[in-house]
Amino acid sequence: MALSYLRSSSSRSVNLLKPLSSSLPLRRPISTDTTPITVETSVPFTSHQCDAPSRSVETNPKELLTFFRDMALMRRMEIAADSLYKAKLIRGFCHLYDGQEAVAVGMEAAVTKKDCIITAYRDHCTFIGRGGTLLEVFAELMGRQAGCSKGKGGSMHFYKKDSNFYGGHGIVGAQVPLGCGLAFAQKYSKDETVTFALYGDGAANQGQLFEALNISALWDLPAILVCENNHYGMGTAEWRAAKSPAYYKRGDYVPGLKVDGMDALAVKQACKFAKEHALKNGPIILEMDTYRYHGHSMSDPGSTYRTRDEISGVRQERDPIERIRKLILSHDLATEKELKDIEKEVRKEVDDTITQAKESPMPEPSELFTNVYAKGLGVESFGADRKEVRATLP
Amino acid sequence: MLGVVRKKMLGQSLLKIRPAVSVLRSYSSSAKHMTVRDALNSALDEEMSADQKVFLMGEEVGEYQGAYKISKGLLEKYGPERVLDTPITEAGFAGIAVGAAYHGLKPVVEFMTFNFSMQAIDHIINSAAKSNYMSAGQMSVPIVFRGPNGAAAGVGAQHSQCYAAWYASCPGLKVLTPYSSEDARGLLKAAIRDPDPVVFLENELLYGESFSVSDEVLDSSFCLPIGKAKIERVGRDVTITAFSKMVGHALKAAEILEKDGIDAEVINLRSIRPLDRSTINASVRKTNRLITAEEGFPQHGVGAEICASVVEESFAYLDAPVERIAGADVPMPYAANLERLAVPQVEDIVRAAKRACYRSVPLAAAA
Repeated sequence: MALSYLRSSSSRSVNLLKPLSSSLPLRRPISTDTTPITVETSVPFTSHQCDAPSRSVETNPKELLTFFRDMALMRRMEIAADSLYKAKLIRGFCHLYDGQEAVAVGMEAAVTKKDCIITAYRDHCTFIGRGGTLLEVFAELMGRQAGCSKGKGGSMHFYKKDSNFYGGHGIVGAQVPLGCGLAFAQKYSKDETVTFALYGDGAANQGQLFEALNISALWDLPAILVCENNHYGMGTAEWRAAKSPAYYKRGDYVPGLKVDGMDALAVKQACKFAKEHALKNGPIILEMDTYRYHGHSMSDPGSTYRTRDEISGVRQERDPIERIRKLILSHDLATEKELKDIEKEVRKEVDDTITQAKESPMPEPSELFTNVYAKGLGVESFGADRKEVRATLP
Repeated sequence: MLGVVRKKMLGQSLLKIRPAVSVLRSYSSSAKHMTVRDALNSALDEEMSADQKVFLMGEEVGEYQGAYKISKGLLEKYGPERVLDTPITEAGFAGIAVGAAYHGLKPVVEFMTFNFSMQAIDHIINSAAKSNYMSAGQMSVPIVFRGPNGAAAGVGAQHSQCYAAWYASCPGLKVLTPYSSEDARGLLKAAIRDPDPVVFLENELLYGESFSVSDEVLDSSFCLPIGKAKIERVGRDVTITAFSKMVGHALKAAEILEKDGIDAEVINLRSIRPLDRSTINASVRKTNRLITAEEGFPQHGVGAEICASVVEESFAYLDAPVERIAGADVPMPYAANLERLAVPQVEDIVRAAKRACYRSVPLAAAA
């Protein structure tokens, strides 16, 4: 898919960034310029049961540079996690998101931290988007105390309730009814906020999704179901799993929109549109056409059910970071070197954080018994040998 | 002085002459009575009134007034935003309720019977019970799943299972089993106020049963502690543990045993998780003999856990092997005579108690 944006828009952009002097500070401030720039999405939106939003998206230099930096950070983080997993510092499951970064950053650009997001197990970047720190990510992946779940959750169980990120769920599809429940609570409390419940093309066939969608439509819940269609449910291609892989249409009476999930601006536009819709008219489905470079998880090479040519082809033609890079360069918002410096900076930040995370200790043995309940009532709990190990739950 | 007959009549008519409070007061020696159904209804009503975040969701809870009329009058009082009729989609609405609890509301989810909870069991266990732990305390889930559990009468295999043992095995859940109206009121209020997911196992056959209730129980602040059993009948010779409907059977068994000079102590468990091991063990250390009674399947049942606990904690005090009375190890049959054989009867508990006291009745005499 070729990048197509209006060249003429560059005449409206402002040349903000002068070439840097030789005394380059270690941390470069991101441009604070919010002069509007209009960019066209790669492709128009396809809609179901609604009018599609315009493919002209308003953005600005600050936003584009933030997109670039955030996605570069997420990309680097996931690649570093791959290495940590191979070094056996991360155990169990590790589902990486590289390739799909545009969905996380585009969504955040359209919403507030009062809106809720819930996703499945491919949650590292979504957590970062919600304001989670790199340290919390790496420490949690390595099962350390500094982790966002204090080492007790692992890769699939990241949460950040104070910015309305509700995880982090290991059971495919379960997060969709849960997300509709978040929307229920938002409507019940008259918050005027919405919930984005993310799921994959594999989860899109789950019965509970349709049960929750039915109730959401009946009760007009402000629920936005976001199908991150990366075209493979583990090793099963979408055409082998779904009779109708037009996921944005699967809501039947619920409107839907198909979005280029590799275009952060298209994602932003769609999420903005969806939020307005959901607050007025109830549920809507967004299908993000995206792609994961890694296999399903670290135990899946990802090349037995798809060709290497396909993977490299997407990387060449549709990579979300490259799209934003080209946009920034064509609008003269930064030089190539400046962008490369951002990437170097991000890489260093990731490496430094990993070093820091490695120093975080593993949880104390007593943590085995904490948080079983919010209110333990002084009840007894037991270890493997109950005559040896017992604890009172606080 | 009122005769016993007049007391009973007054008790029954109290339910119809509600406003006549002065009548109640002047006959202070007669207890007030309340059915389990009314106990549950009043508890729901009071908790919904006290806390705006509490809402009720389930099939037929609203306009139908509740499949078993437990939620009668609540839709009219609290409106459709707080009393929600759901489609027949347990997985969907249980998940929605858990999500609402994540975001700070306090849902009460009704399963028409707990047999249907199996459709939603992933949300009960994986989405509700484990979340506080997996998130290291960030995501507490103040939800109550309630509804009738266990055998009714003639409803067949798919509608008669007892889920106490299954849910009680799961850390992160609390599992309560009321017997009397006092239990129903106090435990449901405690469950709704509790910040953790609670599985509240009622019994359809108990809904219509009436129990005496004190003024304290009727007060809107009444609450029972979770995790504490109640000694319904103090005894010296043998301990009988039971929950839900079996408590009634155990008490009847105790009356029969008394005529044979066996003084049974009956423990109403009230809470299967947390299990009140200290009350059970203290009782066994006193009586030295234990019968566990439950309605559910015997293998890996509640009685198995109680037996293990007593063997671990109070082995030296046992004078006889622990006896388990449980439902038959078969799916529930429909024919009335077979159903009777599949569910524990009072005489089963009596026989087991006598065995534990080494006073077995020879088979020939049982005919």
